Amino acid sequence: MTATEGYAPVVAIFAMAGATYLVRVAGFWLMAHVPMTRRVRHTLEALPGAILAATVVPLVARGGASAGLAIAVVVVSMILRRNEFLAVFLGMAAAAAARAAGL
Amino acid sequence: MTQHPPSPYWSMAGLSLGARLAVPFLPGTAVFAAAFGTIAAQKGLTLAEAVLMSAVVFAGASQLVAMEVWAEPLTLATVASIAVVTAIVNMRFLLMGASLRPWFGPLPAWQVYPALLTTTDANWLVAIRYRTEGGGDAAVFLGVALTLWVFWVGSTVPGYLLGAVVSDPKRFGLDLVMPAFFAAMMIPLWRGPRRGVGWAVAGAVALAAAHLVPGWWFIVIGALAGALIGGLLDDRD
Repeated sequence: MTATEGYAPVVAIFAMAGATYLVRVAGFWLMAHVPMTRRVRHTLEALPGAILAATVVPLVARGGASAGLAIAVVVVSMILRRNEFLAVFLGMAAAAAARAAGL
Repeated sequence: MTQHPPSPYWSMAGLSLGARLAVPFLPGTAVFAAAFGTIAAQKGLTLAEAVLMSAVVFAGASQLVAMEVWAEPLTLATVASIAVVTAIVNMRFLLMGASLRPWFGPLPAWQVYPALLTTTDANWLVAIRYRTEGGGDAAVFLGVALTLWVFWVGSTVPGYLLGAVVSDPKRFGLDLVMPAFFAAMMIPLWRGPRRGVGWAVAGAVALAAAHLVPGWWFIVIGALAGALIGGLLDDRD
């Protein structure tokens, strides 16, 4: 619990910002130098769903039963009501309840 | 199959549509930012430093992970590892930017690149869904981001000051906000079992990568595998 001294934290913060800006523009820039064939376009179109699946599956596996329950609640809620906020709220409530019950 | 999505453009209407579409994300964003503020306070950052980080980095997961690497004193080596960890956690933005190329590509570079600096999970998700439904207004992407940025930066302050309120984010399921939103967004993106094969590959490869490779690389590895397979299986024109 020591207060940070000097400019080092500010340097670290701007280093983080620079790293983040780099990855934010790099993918778009890169695709300007790849010919937009039918195959490339289809791959880019498949990318959003793939990013989502690649993020969710390991995080749920890592989070155990309460995380699995939460994601199941989110998916069922979305299929029934198509409301992201309601789905996420219900999912988090399910996880909180499961954890309070010791799951 | 001759329907072409409309050419990209910017409008004030898109900006305000983006602001409206950001509303479902506001509670989660505020609580997530507050959790970051709390942890930043515990790590010994000043209030100004915590707010500065939220303002210029604007990427929640990477800010939380950076707090784990943050150690006093901040040597050059520590700063370098903080920057590398940040880049790795945010590597998914690279793929998100690539996925925006077919849409934003025709716009002038001096307009697109500043807008891309605001890329986060939420504005990319909202924009991709809007595009899937046939929209062309790139300002939607920016409208979501600017709205969330105000709440993200603003909510860092009470989190920092009232640190004890969310001392244990897991108790309220807050650690699941990002995967929950991602899972929710998969439902409107569903295009039948044939496209679903790519998702299954992405999930399976990411799961394997999470066991074999340290850190957050599993997102990039799994997503690339899933998109390549999904792209190969897609036999439309």
